[in-house]
Amino acid sequence: MNMYLQPEYEVVRKEEKCTHCRLCEKQCANEVHSFDPKTGRMVADDAKCVNCHRCVCVCPTHALKIVKSDDVYKLNANWKMQTMNEVYKQADSGGVLLSSMGNPNPQISFWDKMLLNASQVTNPPIDPLREPMETQVYLGKRTVEIQRDENGKLKDTLFPQLKCKVPVMFSAMSYGSISYNAHESLARAAEELGTYYNTGEGGLHKDFYKYGKNTIVQVASGRFGVFKDYLENAAAIEIKMGQGAKPGIGGHLPGSKISSDVAETRMIPEGVDAISPAPHHDIYSIEDLRQLVFSLKEATSYKKPIIVKIAAVHNVAAIASGVARSGADIIAIDGYCGGTGAAPTRIRDNVGIPIELALAAVDQRLREEGIRDEISIVASGSIRSSADVVKAVALGADACYIGTAALLAMGCHLCRACQQGKCNWGIATQRPELVKRLDPNTAYKRLVNLVVAWEHEIQEMMGGMGINSIEALRGNRLMLRGIGLSDTELKVLGIRYAGE
Amino acid sequence: MLQREGQFRNPSGCAVAGVIDRSGQNMSGEAIIEAISVMHERSNGLGGGFAGYGIYPHYKEFYAFHMFYDSISAQEEAEKFIKRHFEIVYYSEIQTRKLPSIQNEPLIYRYFLAPLPQKLANSHLDEREYVARCVNRINAQIEGAYVFSCGKNMGIFKGVGYPEDIGRFYRLEEYEGYAWTSHGRYPTNTPGWWGGAHPFGLLDFSVVHNGEISSYDANRRYIEMFGYKCTLQTDTEVICYIIDYLVRKKGLTLDETSHIIAASFWDTIAEKEEKAREQETLLRRMFPSLLITGPFSIILGYTGGLMALNDRLKLRSMICAEKGSRAYISSEESAIRKIEPDPDRVWSPVGGEPVVFELYDGEGVRNK
Amino acid sequence: MKIDAQGKSFVDLNVEIRDCEDPEVFIERCVGQRYIATGLADKKLVIEGTPGNALGAYLNGASIWLRGNAQEATGDTMNGGEIVVYGNAGDATGYAMRGGEIFVRGNVGYRCGIHMKAYKEHKPAVVVGGCAGSFLGEYQAGGIIVVLGKDAKLPLVGNFCGTGMHGGEIYLRCNTLPKLLPAQVKAEKLDVLPEGEVRELVRKWCELFNERESEFLQSEYYRLTPNSENPYKQMYTVN
Repeated sequence: MNMYLQPEYEVVRKEEKCTHCRLCEKQCANEVHSFDPKTGRMVADDAKCVNCHRCVCVCPTHALKIVKSDDVYKLNANWKMQTMNEVYKQADSGGVLLSSMGNPNPQISFWDKMLLNASQVTNPPIDPLREPMETQVYLGKRTVEIQRDENGKLKDTLFPQLKCKVPVMFSAMSYGSISYNAHESLARAAEELGTYYNTGEGGLHKDFYKYGKNTIVQVASGRFGVFKDYLENAAAIEIKMGQGAKPGIGGHLPGSKISSDVAETRMIPEGVDAISPAPHHDIYSIEDLRQLVFSLKEATSYKKPIIVKIAAVHNVAAIASGVARSGADIIAIDGYCGGTGAAPTRIRDNVGIPIELALAAVDQRLREEGIRDEISIVASGSIRSSADVVKAVALGADACYIGTAALLAMGCHLCRACQQGKCNWGIATQRPELVKRLDPNTAYKRLVNLVVAWEHEIQEMMGGMGINSIEALRGNRLMLRGIGLSDTELKVLGIRYAGE
Repeated sequence: MLQREGQFRNPSGCAVAGVIDRSGQNMSGEAIIEAISVMHERSNGLGGGFAGYGIYPHYKEFYAFHMFYDSISAQEEAEKFIKRHFEIVYYSEIQTRKLPSIQNEPLIYRYFLAPLPQKLANSHLDEREYVARCVNRINAQIEGAYVFSCGKNMGIFKGVGYPEDIGRFYRLEEYEGYAWTSHGRYPTNTPGWWGGAHPFGLLDFSVVHNGEISSYDANRRYIEMFGYKCTLQTDTEVICYIIDYLVRKKGLTLDETSHIIAASFWDTIAEKEEKAREQETLLRRMFPSLLITGPFSIILGYTGGLMALNDRLKLRSMICAEKGSRAYISSEESAIRKIEPDPDRVWSPVGGEPVVFELYDGEGVRNK
Repeated sequence: MKIDAQGKSFVDLNVEIRDCEDPEVFIERCVGQRYIATGLADKKLVIEGTPGNALGAYLNGASIWLRGNAQEATGDTMNGGEIVVYGNAGDATGYAMRGGEIFVRGNVGYRCGIHMKAYKEHKPAVVVGGCAGSFLGEYQAGGIIVVLGKDAKLPLVGNFCGTGMHGGEIYLRCNTLPKLLPAQVKAEKLDVLPEGEVRELVRKWCELFNERESEFLQSEYYRLTPNSENPYKQMYTVN
């Protein structure tokens, strides 16, 4: 059958600008560009283009652009072109559709429908350029018994906590799904920013043990690279129960990405698929979570906070309540717009709930049960700007994880082809010639810049509200008003409508 | 329709003043009325009030409930509740003076109460917690009844009007106490409800406060986890609950409490000597959600003392003064000068550092 | 050193074990204390009683001899060392273990050896004297699992043995292949246990539990191995 699928994007080359330097050809791991000796011109195979913009960025004469193809099927609002193409692909292959990064479809962003307050007259805004404006938070349990020593001095009865200079951390991205250089950049940025990066479930490369005090290590169902030194080296340990982009299913790093270095870090043989089962097979019930939490605490002599990361699903508030009572110190909630290196398209786009609603519901439930101090909340899953961070904190988050924004800072153009392992930006690939394109010295600095810029913006917004400590913003929902939201949405978010 | 206090946030500007005689010598309410009247411009006639300590020496063993009733039926219902939970030792209408400037006053009653021993024992609660919960239930559940003062040997007097008029209305010149605080309110919106005036009290704690805090909802949503219900949505109410929680329930000192609600900046803490650094860091890590930001000046009244506290940026004015055994706190120095023209010492406290004036020799000090 | 575990919380018991300077620790009257010897690198523990779940989790080289039955998740994410169980062991025994050896005299529960994996010189092994429940060696990515079926009253293994297996080997002492073997697994009949690691493991098991070697070495076995290292690759279509 002649089922030719028109490429979604077309490479447009301005011939008058092209010098035939062939840099685009060298830079494209997808082999889109080539030189045609017959015509003496560069040609492009649009079908191979993932629209990562690498060639556009490196072209010395800016002769290239990528445009959306205007080829269309007969217009049909119900059967859109993308939908039809997916049917064709599956009819052709019999395979499960596999996508990368977060859900690209139009979404209701509740962040965009919440507006922040500012002080006028009855109390003053504060100028963050001249007055202190605190963004530092401690994450962990805050339930304490007040105990005093013989001199009446308060004893430190707190459980271990994580100190973040800014309420922004880098979320879990495993070595394997992203490159060595990307990991190094994240680790160095976290160190300089006084925050944390997260190894994901792929183990911790021996070169990065030195960033331990800024490292969160993950324990997922595959238990890759999990052993005593790994646990002890970390500032905190995260148990991954789920991920926003693919709640309820496991992970699968194909053998082609298991280079010798990745294999060593994951502590598995080279070239063998790394499969993370959907559940932890020692956790089939909430009391089993407590078992894993405490086995990790025992293994690290109760010196590390334990994070439990869950995907935002329908019953998230009740689950969070269970997690808060499991002995875990921090809960990370990942909303359904969160990113991934690879997830089945249908799961990514149809399972789970938005982080805004999940966060609001969890914070409210924990307060109603009087256990909000048992656990800190980290929100993630499409935190796109400092405004999203501020709104998340006002809804009740202690801090946020960012993943996609961090990748963008390192050069990612969201072409959503991570699963192919041919990332031209050297991020989601293990090919040495591609990995070396990502210079950690530059990338780490760009990550630092991003978070520093966000911190300034967070301070500006806090200052406007007359709040000079992020702690006084946490759960401060009167600082939010909704716009374009239904009564039910307002109720779940626990905020009032603008003008109310 | 205008909403009642408690149904919305009502930002208020204010004046506060307080005086204590640390030798325990009594003062009539006259001086504090005079002092607050100097700051007339800081109020707008929509709320005024006072708290007096040591004013009921003959009933000092009993909880003095001051009640507002909107109707006889509310009174009957509340009294039924009170009788189920307390022995009423004495009660009467609070004597007031009719003034043209004070109108629409509710029924105002006073009760001296002792918890019923069997009820108290069955509740498995500490006596003060028992009383606090009873107050909470009356205020939350009995429509038209409101307990606005419930401590021992102290009382709050408040209403809608300028504070000096409210003072005269309650005939405070006829009361004698060792400490007084007062408040003149400038709400931005008023339903004219008497219960919404300040001071706000819980047991023997009373709070008067000036400024609109920016941390309100963070503080409120946190403190409500521990059985408090912020029915009035005012800063004063939440501040009072925070202090009650930290001091009465958690057993922290006033100084420690100050380092939570008006904590120094992390940078400032880092510069302190080791012991202070450790303790203040610990307190901030333990109770971060009770940090109060935005402008405030507070006078906390309690059995045996007054505490003055400014926010850590000192965004509100506050002056302290001493003359012999007397100590004064006020939003403006003029109010102090009016009643003590020649103080020994006048100073502005540092933001975030509490100033505590307590009775000499610990006599009558809190918790004794 | 001897520790009487009676009435002790797991936190206290484990601190005592960790802090003990004696290389050999004998624990008596153990009932339900979890996480014993978690992450322990040295020492030999002999336990009498029924320890709680996650016995020897993340074990890093220590040796545990249990005179009794083990509960669930014994040797969870174990990295090295040995666990010898004189009775039965529960579900998920040896979950995600990467190194070390577990010898069970009796039966194991469901999902024994799930997600076992090998790594360089680490080659984990579980030898089960009796029978194993369903999902034995699910997702197995390395290492060796042996089920001997001594005095078997139950089927040697339950259903779905080796589901998702993509590395390692499973040896089953039987002469008919279990039903419901998944597609990812290929089976090979052996008339006698081959020389090498597996033979050594079975020898060691016989020695530990005082069994006659010949009975177990000369039997017929089935050896299960994965068809492919990338069993699920064909299921996906890039979107």
